[in-house]
Formats: sequence, C-alpha cells, structure tokens
Amino acid sequence: MADRIAFNMIQVLVVMAFAPLASGVLSRLKELVQSKRGPSIFQPYRDLWKLFHKDEIVSEDSSWIFLFTPYMIFITPIFVTLLIPVLTNYPLFFAFMGDMIGGGFVLALGGFFATLAAIDTANPYGPMGASRTRMVGFLAEPVFMIVFFTVSFVAGSTIPYIVQEKWVTPVANFFMPSHVLLMLAFLMLILAEGGRIPVDNPTGHFELAMIDESKSLEYSGRGFALVKWGGFMKMFVLMSIFLNVLVTPWGLAAEVSAGDILLSIPQVLLKIFIFLLLLVVIESSLSKLRLFRISEFLGAAFIICVAAMIAQVFTY
Amino acid sequence: MNSTNQLLDNLNALAAALFLLTAFGMVAMRQARGVLNLFIAQSLLLSASALFLGLRFHSDHLYGVALVDIIIKPVIIPWLLRRTAPAEIYTRREVNQALNIPTALLAALALAILAYFLAQPILGAVAPQFRNPNVPIGIAGLLLGAFTITVRREAVPLLVGLLAMENGAFLAGIAIARDLPLIVELAVASDGLIVVFIMGVLTRAVYRQIGSTAVGELASLKEAPETAGEERTA
Repeated sequence: MADRIAFNMIQVLVVMAFAPLASGVLSRLKELVQSKRGPSIFQPYRDLWKLFHKDEIVSEDSSWIFLFTPYMIFITPIFVTLLIPVLTNYPLFFAFMGDMIGGGFVLALGGFFATLAAIDTANPYGPMGASRTRMVGFLAEPVFMIVFFTVSFVAGSTIPYIVQEKWVTPVANFFMPSHVLLMLAFLMLILAEGGRIPVDNPTGHFELAMIDESKSLEYSGRGFALVKWGGFMKMFVLMSIFLNVLVTPWGLAAEVSAGDILLSIPQVLLKIFIFLLLLVVIESSLSKLRLFRISEFLGAAFIICVAAMIAQVFTY
Repeated sequence: MNSTNQLLDNLNALAAALFLLTAFGMVAMRQARGVLNLFIAQSLLLSASALFLGLRFHSDHLYGVALVDIIIKPVIIPWLLRRTAPAEIYTRREVNQALNIPTALLAALALAILAYFLAQPILGAVAPQFRNPNVPIGIAGLLLGAFTITVRREAVPLLVGLLAMENGAFLAGIAIARDLPLIVELAVASDGLIVVFIMGVLTRAVYRQIGSTAVGELASLKEAPETAGEERTA
C-alpha cells in the first residue's frame, strides 16, 4: 500500500519534471526542421525560473478568480496524473478515484477557470481568445464523449488501466478497426486541445490570431509561471493518455518495485520523443486552419470516432 | 492458427472501416482531385479486404478479385479519367454543394446507421462464418455513393460517386459469396471501364460546349431567357 502511494507520487514528480523538457524538445525540433538553430531544449526551465523570481502585477479591477486561476491550471493536470498510467501498467493507489471521463472533467475545470480569468481583467484580447477556446472546446466535447463511449463499449470499462490491457491481449486486438480509428480521432483531439498547428499556432505572437495564448496575456511573474507550467503538464498528460492507454501500452513497469519504475522512466520518455517527432511532422507540413474551418476539422474527428463505434457494432 | 485467423479478421475489419471512412470523405471533400484520390484509396482498401478474406478462407477466387481490382480501379480508371476529362476540372474547388458539409456528413452518418439495419436480414440468412463487417459497410458504401451523387454538383465527383457505389456492392459481395465467379468481377470491372470512358468523353464534350462542368447549374435545356429577351428587343 505505502509503496503504491509512493509510486503515485513519483508519477506526479516525473510529469512535473519532464513536461517542460518535452515542450523544449518540441520547439527545438521544429526550429531544426525550419533550418534554424533554435533555443536550448532547457529553455522552458529557464523561463519558469526567471518568471518565479519576477514581480507579479495584478490589475486592481480583477477579482479573486484572477488570483486563484493559476493554481487551478497548475493543479488539475496533477490530479489527472494520479488517475492515469504514466509509468506502471498496474493500478496505483488513486487509480480508482476516477475514470477517463473524470479525468476529462478535471482537465475541463482548469480550462473553465482559465476562461473566467481571461474575461475577468477586461483586457480586450482575453475574452476574444477565451470565446475562441470555448468554440474549439464545445466542438471537441462530443468527440471526447464518443471516444469514451467507444472505449467503454470495447473494453467494458473506462478505467484507463483496464482499457490499455484490452488493446494488446491478444496482439491481434491492436488492429481492431475501432482501436485504429480511435487513435486517429484522439490524435486530432490532442492537436485541438493542445492548441497545436492545424487548429492554433502555439508560437504565434499576433494577438488577433491567437486562440489559446491570449488567455494568459494578463499574467506576469509567478502566476504566469504556474499557467505556463500547467500548460506544459496538460500536454504531457494528454500525450501520456494517448501513448500509454491507446497506442503503445508497452515499456511500462509491470512489477511493484522501485527498480522497475525507474527503468520505465526512460522508456516512457523515448515513446514521448517518438510522438514529438510525429507532432513535428504534422506541425511542419500543415498550415493553420481558418477559424471557421476548425469546425470541419473537428467534424472530421467526430465522424472518425463515430465510424469507430459503428465498426465496433458491425464486428460481430 | 486460430490467432492468425483472428488477426486476419481484424485486419479485414480494419480495411472495411477505413473503406467506410473514405466513403464519408467523398461526401465532404471539396476538391475534385481529392475525391479521385479518395476513390483510389478506397479501391486499394477493397482489394486489401479481398486479399485478407482470401487468406482467411483459402479462396483462389478472392485472390483473383483482389488482383483484378488492384489493376483496374486504382490505376486504369484514374488514368482514363485524367486522359479524357480536361485537367482544369481537377484543380477546381466546389463551393456550393447541395447541403453544407457538416449537414451532409450528419446525413451520411444516418445512412451508415441505416445500412446496419438493412444488413441484418442478409446476415441472418448466411452461415455464421460469413458474418463480418463487410456486409453492413458495403451497403453503407453503396448508400453513401448514391448520397455523394445527390449532393455533389461537379461532373467528376458525380462519376466517382457512381464508382464508389460499385465498390460498396463488391465489398459486401466478396464477403457473402466467397466463391464469387471471377468472370462476374471481370465483367463488372470492364463494364466500369466503359462507363468511365463514356462519361469522361461526355464530360469533355460538355466542358468544350459550355466551358464548365458544374452540373448543378445546368438546369435548363436552352440558354438563359434574359439573353434571349435582349436579342429579341435588339
């Protein structure tokens, strides 16, 4: 019991420690593809360090929501980390506190507070970005729901630890049509939720074209550091769910021992690195969609996951 | 042995599911070239499905079907279409479909679900080992091809919709009738070739006469009445 709690905490520490690194590696890889040198892969850590040592300025007209939100954004991915398999393929202490739907709600709570905080300061760009994020969010919501329904339909459960086992026992199950289509739909969801390129440009600095970024324009100092770190962790958590639950549930610790856990960390990081390579290919080869084409992008994701469900019904 | 069969079943189901996805794509894709590429992908998936089923049931006929399919549909038909219809058509984007894209996709989803219920009596009549997703997905492909024809307003996507209907019928056919005589496949395939050739030439003729292949606007037999009126007053 005690070691399972300890391992759960190790998972949280791994996510906290390596999420900025994943972001740094991703931006470095993108710059390399564009034949630039790019910043060091440790730049996000330096940014966080710098921001934590700066003064924080809060608008006089803002309410408690503005002060509370950075903690919310920071803490929600950590809660989700307790529920999902990051390093182990057996359930840890908190695994049965919530399933994938619960995890989705917790992540959505962070997004909800981010929206409120963006409106709170009455900066003209904040509400605009917030309403755009909501638009993407409410188009992504049905896709999330159908993905969860299909997962529970196939695996008979929405606890991620049970789901991941279903896809690979026997190995032939990996090629189940519902599985492959779900992977595709979830990849599109990650692109939309993480604000990656076909939906949003994460490196853009033009306020009118921003979707995700403009919500944190008003933050400075420690608050901004927490918002940024939370964003890194959210992306890391989404990638972990995608890789460890849906795509490649291999390379995770199988035994309750500290050695196994430590051994699984480099393997998980390797998987995430390979996924980042895929992400770089996607981001470098596509262009950002016009705002009103996003509904078509997510509509396609919706069709794909409904097709996954239909295919599951059709397979007797 | 059993696990190989299971793997083949899953791979076949996967090919069929992707087939369904390409059928949805044809309803939504704006560019004529994109529609044609989707058709090529769909035909490749059809032959993959025939190959997997052939391996699964050790049927030479299905290998033959896969072979004929892979030669005629993804290679010869697109080549014929590109030769006969003018190249300018393929770069065109279609902006005014009969329904807007999200609505068309939702209707297409409803059709796919309808196909499931249509397949039930057929599946009830055949032996258990033939009950695989090809039948409902093939019927869905047939319906979606017909739906593509109703919503599109450009000549090439219309023709591709017709060919997609045939693809759907075959996907269902290879699953139910395992020893489908090869001669049927050959006959249908050569028929399809002739259809494509005639339609391609027709499209070319229409394009030459009118300068457009936007079928949706070719609603009347004579030229627009206001120009006729002008002539009369002049």
